[in-house]
Amino acid sequence: MSPGVYVHIPFCRSKCPYCGFYSVPSKRPVPIWFEGIKKEIRLYKGLFGRFDSLYLGGGTPTFLDDAILSCLTDHLFAHFDFTADREFTIEANPCDLSAEKIRLLKELGINRVNVGIQSFDDGALAFLGRRHTGREAENSLKRLRRLGFRNIGVDLIYGLPGQTLEHWEGTLNQALLFQPEHISCYELTLEEQTVFGRLQEKGEMHGLSEEDGRAFFLAAAKRLGEAGYVHYEVSNYARTEAFCCRHNSKYWNRSPYLGLGPSAHSFDGTERWWNVRSVRHYGALLKRGSPPIQARETLTKEQIRLESLALGFRTSQGVALTRMALEPRSTEMLSTLKTAGLLKLKDGRVVPTEEGFLVADSLPLCFFP
Amino acid sequence: MDHIRNFSIIAHIDHGKSTLADRLIQAAGLVNERDFRDQILDTMDIERERGITIKSQAISLPYVDKQGRSFELNLIDTPGHVDFSYEVSRALASCEGVLLLVDAAQGVEAQTVANAYAAMEHDLEIIPVINKIDLPSADIERVKEEIEIELGLDSDQAILCSAKEGTGIRDVLEAIVTVIPPPSGPVEKPLQALIFDAHYDPFRGTIVSCRLFSGSVRAGDRIRLMHNRATYKAEEVGLFRLNREPKKELSAGEVGYIISGIKTVSDVRIGDTITLEGNAAQAPLPGFKEIKPVVFASIYPVASDDYRSLADALEKYKLNDAALIFQKDSSAALGLGFRCGFLGLLHLEIVQERLEREYGQSLIMTSPTVQYRFLLSNGEEIIVDNPVYYPDPSTIVKAMEPFIRASIMIPERYMGAVMDLCLERRGVNAQFNYPTPGRIEIRFDMPLAEVIYDFYDSLKTVTQGYGSFDYELLDYRESDLVKLNILLNGEKVDALSQIVFRDSARPRALNACQKLKQEIPRHMFKIAIQGAIGSTVIARSTISPFRKDVTAKCYGGDITRKRKLLEKQKKGKKRMKMVGSVAIPQSAFVAVLKTDKKGS
Repeated sequence: MSPGVYVHIPFCRSKCPYCGFYSVPSKRPVPIWFEGIKKEIRLYKGLFGRFDSLYLGGGTPTFLDDAILSCLTDHLFAHFDFTADREFTIEANPCDLSAEKIRLLKELGINRVNVGIQSFDDGALAFLGRRHTGREAENSLKRLRRLGFRNIGVDLIYGLPGQTLEHWEGTLNQALLFQPEHISCYELTLEEQTVFGRLQEKGEMHGLSEEDGRAFFLAAAKRLGEAGYVHYEVSNYARTEAFCCRHNSKYWNRSPYLGLGPSAHSFDGTERWWNVRSVRHYGALLKRGSPPIQARETLTKEQIRLESLALGFRTSQGVALTRMALEPRSTEMLSTLKTAGLLKLKDGRVVPTEEGFLVADSLPLCFFP
Repeated sequence: MDHIRNFSIIAHIDHGKSTLADRLIQAAGLVNERDFRDQILDTMDIERERGITIKSQAISLPYVDKQGRSFELNLIDTPGHVDFSYEVSRALASCEGVLLLVDAAQGVEAQTVANAYAAMEHDLEIIPVINKIDLPSADIERVKEEIEIELGLDSDQAILCSAKEGTGIRDVLEAIVTVIPPPSGPVEKPLQALIFDAHYDPFRGTIVSCRLFSGSVRAGDRIRLMHNRATYKAEEVGLFRLNREPKKELSAGEVGYIISGIKTVSDVRIGDTITLEGNAAQAPLPGFKEIKPVVFASIYPVASDDYRSLADALEKYKLNDAALIFQKDSSAALGLGFRCGFLGLLHLEIVQERLEREYGQSLIMTSPTVQYRFLLSNGEEIIVDNPVYYPDPSTIVKAMEPFIRASIMIPERYMGAVMDLCLERRGVNAQFNYPTPGRIEIRFDMPLAEVIYDFYDSLKTVTQGYGSFDYELLDYRESDLVKLNILLNGEKVDALSQIVFRDSARPRALNACQKLKQEIPRHMFKIAIQGAIGSTVIARSTISPFRKDVTAKCYGGDITRKRKLLEKQKKGKKRMKMVGSVAIPQSAFVAVLKTDKKGS
C-alpha cells in the first residue's frame, strides 16, 4: 500500500469554539513553522517510498500567504516522490476561496478541495464562530466548480443546541444541490479545552442525547443514501467509491503515512510517532537538526489487533474475518451482534451496519476478553 | 503455681473488650506510652478497622498486687463472634476465670448471655465488669439488675470501670488475683497441653499457643499431637509478652507457646492435646471437636488468568486459618475457582476481605449456601453444599435443611418488627423472655439459610441498630426446596443459582432480576434476565441496549489516542465476567444476595 503525506498547518484567523485541533490564531509564527517544515521534509527524504496522496490540513491551510503555499508544495515535490495519479487535498475555508486563490490551488496541482462549510445557516455559522456566511459558503462551492474542480468535499456539522431534525435535513439538501464528491457529517462534540467544552463543564451547554444523536446520524445516512452516496466511514460519504478520500482511508486501513508539522502523527507500518505540539518547540528542535518527535511507539500484536478492529469497524470495509482471530467466545459474540443487527458478513469480512456504525466505539472490545 | 492466673475477657461486640485489654497491658508496664497503640492485641488491619478480634491471642502480664505479691496474669483474648465459638470454647477451657464485660449503657446483650453460659459450662469463675461508666447514658443500676436476673450472677461483685478513661483498672486487676483461683495441675504427671490457637510465622513456621494442664515441656523434647498422631521436636518454648519470650521450660498451669517446625497451622488442630513422645499421657484432654464449616460459597478470580495467583493466595492464607477449607471448583460461567467452606458469614467476609486486601486478589464470590441433605428414591442420602449438585427433583423423597436456635435481644418497642422479620424468615417455636422491664429476648428456631441471606442487615435495619443476635446450630429439618436458576439471554449462569425454600423462590427470583438489572451495564443488545425453576420462568426483567456511542472524528492520524482509550476500557472490562456475550460486573454477584429492606 502506497504511503501518504500529511502537512499540518496550524494557523487560523481565529479559533473556533468547538475545535480541539492544535492551531495558533496568528500568522506571526509562520516563518518558524516554515523553516521547520523545510528541514523536516529533508529529514524524511527517501525514507518512505512513493506517495500517492498529499493532504494539507490544519488549522486553515488556505490562510497561508500564496507565496508560502507555493514554496511549500515546491519543496514537497522537490524532495518526495509522488505517483502521477496522486490525490492532493487541501482543507479550505469558504471565505478564503476567492477566484485567484482557487486558480493558485489548481496551479499548485491540488486536485481535491475539502471545504469547511459546516452549515448554510448564518445563525448557526455565527454560533460556531465561523467567519463566513451561508451565501459565501454557497458561492465558494460554485466558484470551485466553475474554475474546474472535479473533486470537492464539504464538511457539515449537526447537533447544534436547538437544531431540529428538519433543519439538519435542510442543510443536507442544500449541500446536495452542489453534488459534492465527498461529504463529511460531524456531530458537534464538546471537547475538553475548547470554549464549548468549558461551557459544558459549567453545565451551560449539552451535547445531543443518545436518541437525538441517533436521529441526526440516521437522517444523514438516509438522505445521503437516497442521493446515491456511499457511507464508507462513520462520518464520511462519497458520491461514488472512487471519491472516497484516499488519504484519510490510510488512517483507517493502517497504511503508512508521514505527518509533517507540529502535532502531526506518522505511521510507517510498524512504528507510530508524533511531533511536539508547539510551533516554537517544533522550530527549535529542527533548527538544532533534531527530529521534532514527542514520542514514538511500536505496537504489540495485541495492540495491532485492537487497532485493526477499532479502525475497521468505523468503515464499510469492516474487518477481514481472518484478521479477527476469533476464538469460541468471540464467535458467539459475533453471532449475538449479527442477530442484534450491528454487524454483517460480506465477502469474508465483518462489516458494520448503519446501527453498527452508531456503536462503533464499543464494537472492537466485544472481541477482547 | 499460686502466682499464676489464667483468664479471658468475654463481651458482646463493642462493649470495650479490646480497650480493657489495652489498659491491662499498660497497667502491667509491658509497653511504654510511645509504643502504645489502641487495640494492641488485634494485629490484623481488618481487626482494627472493624473493631473485632478474629484470632485468639495470649499475653502474660506481670502484676504486683496491693500486698506486694508478684503474679503472672495470662490474658487469653478470644474472638467474640459466634462463627468462632469453638475457638472461644478452647480458649475458655484454658482459663480458670473470665471477666464478663458489660456496657453500662447497652446492658446485657445476646452475646453477653451466650458467652456467660459458655463460661459457666466450663465452670469458670466469672467476674462481672461494668464498663463505660463514664457515659452520660450509663445506667449502672439497670445493668446490675440484668446481671442478676439474666445471668444469675451476684451483681454486688461487679466491678465498675471505664477502660477508656482508665478508671477502675486497678480494681479489675485485684479481682483477677483474688477471685480467680490459681491453676492446679500435677507437674510430675505426663504432659497434657491444650492447643487453643496457632499462628503462622513466616520465619518460624507454626507458633502453637497452649495451656499446660499437667507435666512440663522443654526445648528439645519430642512432642506428640495426640489427635493428629504426629510427632515433632520442640525447638523453642516460652511465654507471650508483647513479643515471644523464650523460656527453658513451660510447666503445668502456665500458658505459652511451642515452636516445633510445624509447617502450616492446618497441621495443628485447635483443641488437640500435646504430650511428650517418651512419656505420653493416657488420654487427651476432653472437648476436642473437628471444626466443620457451615456456610459454603465458591470464589473465582475476576480474570480467568489469575486462577494460579488465587490458588497461591489461598494456600498462603490457609497457613494461618485452619478453619477455611477449599477445593477446586469450576463453573461454566466463571471458569476455574474454589469451593470454600466457612465457619459462618463473618468468617466468609473476613476471608474475602483479607484475600483482596492482603493478597491483592480480585474475586467473585457466589451466593453462600448451607449444607442441605436429600433423601433420594434409591434410598441414598446425599449432602449438597453447592447448587450445581442439586439432585434431579424427581428423585428427591425428602429434603432437609439445617436449623438454628436464634436469640435476639431488643428494646420492647421493636418487638413487632422483629417478630415480622423472624416469621418472614420462617421462624418457628417462638419463646419470649422479659429479663428487665423494657427489654425482651426473643428465641426462634430458624433455617440457617435464612440467616445467611441478609438477616443481620435486616435485623439492624428494623431495630435501628438496637437488636443483638446470637445463634446455635440445632438440627436438620424437613423442608420444601427448589433450585432457582438465573438466565441471561437464555443462558443459565450457574454461579448465580441458589437452592431456596419453595415459597421464597418467587420473591428471591424477582429480587435477583431487579438487582442484576441495576448492576449490569447496558450492552449493545437487549439483555433478558430470567429467574426460573426448571423450565418455568417465575421472574424476568430486561436491560435495554445503548444504541449510540460512536465519536464523530478519529483525530487525523492520531490513532494512538483512540487506542489508549480503548485499552483503558479493556482493562475495566477485565474486571467483568463474561457469560455468553454478557459482561457481568463483580458487584452483581454480591448484589443478588441483598434485599432492599426499608427501615420501619
